Amino acid sequence: MIVADRKSLDEILAMVEGDKKILLVGCKGCVTVCNTGGLKEVEILASSMKIARKKAGKEIDIDTHVLERQCDREYVEQISETVNDYDAVISMACGVGPQFLSEAYKEQKFYPAVNTTFFGGATEHGVWEERCAGCGTCGIHNFGGLCPIARCAKSLLHGPCGGSSNGNCEINKDTECIWDSIVRKKMEQGQLEDLLGVKGAKSWKTARDGGPRRSIREELVQGNI
Amino acid sequence: MTELKSGSNLEKVLAAGHFAFTGECGPPKGANVEHLKEKLSHLKGNVDAVNMTDNQTAVVRMSSIAGSALMIEEGLEPNFQMVCRDRNRLAMMSDILGAYALGIRNMLCLSGDHQTFGNHPDAKNVHDIDSMQLIAMVKKMRDEGKFLNDEDIDVPPKMFIGAAANPFADPYEYRVYRLANKIEAGADFIQTQCIFNMEKFRDFMKKTVDMGLHEKCYILAGVTPMKNAGMANFMSKFVPGMDIPDSLIKRLKGVDKKDQAEEGIKFALEQVEEFKEMEGVAGVHMMAIEWEHMVPEIAKRANVLPRPVV
Repeated sequence: MIVADRKSLDEILAMVEGDKKILLVGCKGCVTVCNTGGLKEVEILASSMKIARKKAGKEIDIDTHVLERQCDREYVEQISETVNDYDAVISMACGVGPQFLSEAYKEQKFYPAVNTTFFGGATEHGVWEERCAGCGTCGIHNFGGLCPIARCAKSLLHGPCGGSSNGNCEINKDTECIWDSIVRKKMEQGQLEDLLGVKGAKSWKTARDGGPRRSIREELVQGNI
Repeated sequence: MTELKSGSNLEKVLAAGHFAFTGECGPPKGANVEHLKEKLSHLKGNVDAVNMTDNQTAVVRMSSIAGSALMIEEGLEPNFQMVCRDRNRLAMMSDILGAYALGIRNMLCLSGDHQTFGNHPDAKNVHDIDSMQLIAMVKKMRDEGKFLNDEDIDVPPKMFIGAAANPFADPYEYRVYRLANKIEAGADFIQTQCIFNMEKFRDFMKKTVDMGLHEKCYILAGVTPMKNAGMANFMSKFVPGMDIPDSLIKRLKGVDKKDQAEEGIKFALEQVEEFKEMEGVAGVHMMAIEWEHMVPEIAKRANVLPRPVV
């Protein structure tokens, strides 16, 4: 899923400083799963903003709404009748949400309340970790099922580098050296030869380097499915 | 003697069977050419080639290609370092051609320290290709006369290809295989990370020799003389991939502060003597960090002078 972290209250307040009537829009997709922008978090942020504005002696009128998904025009349309009644709209979805909203409602101002961080999952309660870089050409089977593009600080295809120490990455002792894990797994499985040899230079054309990406499924476009 | 790949002095020295002795020099943090020349003057005649570092520890300095070209003007032979952190494949191939055009004949292919260590930690890193692929790319450019996309190169760059090896990084059991991989990719010579843990290095070299890797590639053992116990402590704690035994720190601390530099040099000289006899070691890479002026004395006391003229 897409993982996100909420921006600080101060940053959010500063973005909408001059606005009085505000709509806070959550999302029931990924940001609900990672406890950042679902129903609960929308209500918490709304309360926090009310308290902060009250303390500062400033007026605020906040309404909240949680959409099924902000990355789907069908759901985004559900706020069409009220969206322009507000001075500003704050989205608590990942970076996709406020863009779909901005595209749908050109007259309104949309602000992001979260920082979209990575594609990953929860490794323990309250901890999420990156697993995928969305490079567009998945080859994790070549690395014991672990992705060095997303999880090595240098995206090495022939690691580990000279900074690997006790299973940790050189950049931070709290960061796992994924190449240490890849090598150990392959050694345990007696498949070290899979890592030897020189892999050709990766094509980054399918990654962000090839420009904004688009996925077209002809069968769906044509309405056959 | 087999046909030379680049004709560099370093290649000739090694091919002739001499024990190589290379040095290192960081370019200035500015365009101070005089300072660079001053540092290089201490190395002239005392080493076979000098590594010109490429924004080492991710700190911005004069480009290694310009530093290398200035070195040639001063009558020394550069070993041009290139890291994968700062350039994509276009910039790399372009700089390799430029380096060759400027007379550079040796290059060392590296991943590069992560930018979080340096003075621009907010920078975006590149890592379009990694060090293994860089080695293979330089070899392809040299031996096939082709760019990565298979287009022909009009006058291919004939580089003597170097790579690094760190026997002290983890997982240790894999290090010799990684070395073998770099040799397979096309490395002609290897310069190791600074060696302080001699016991571990002896074991690493035994594994290297057992696999016959020393016969496919020249291996230069990395030596850094310690200036004092504080430097040893600092490197042990803060420099990634360093393995500094407590016994060495104890040895340095065991003498008066004013004598610690001499003790550090003595340890380095003992290492050089052992490397001269160690099977599979073809030379020493002396990294006297910001201590270039000590190299003449170190080279003299290490009995590696005069350097062979081949």
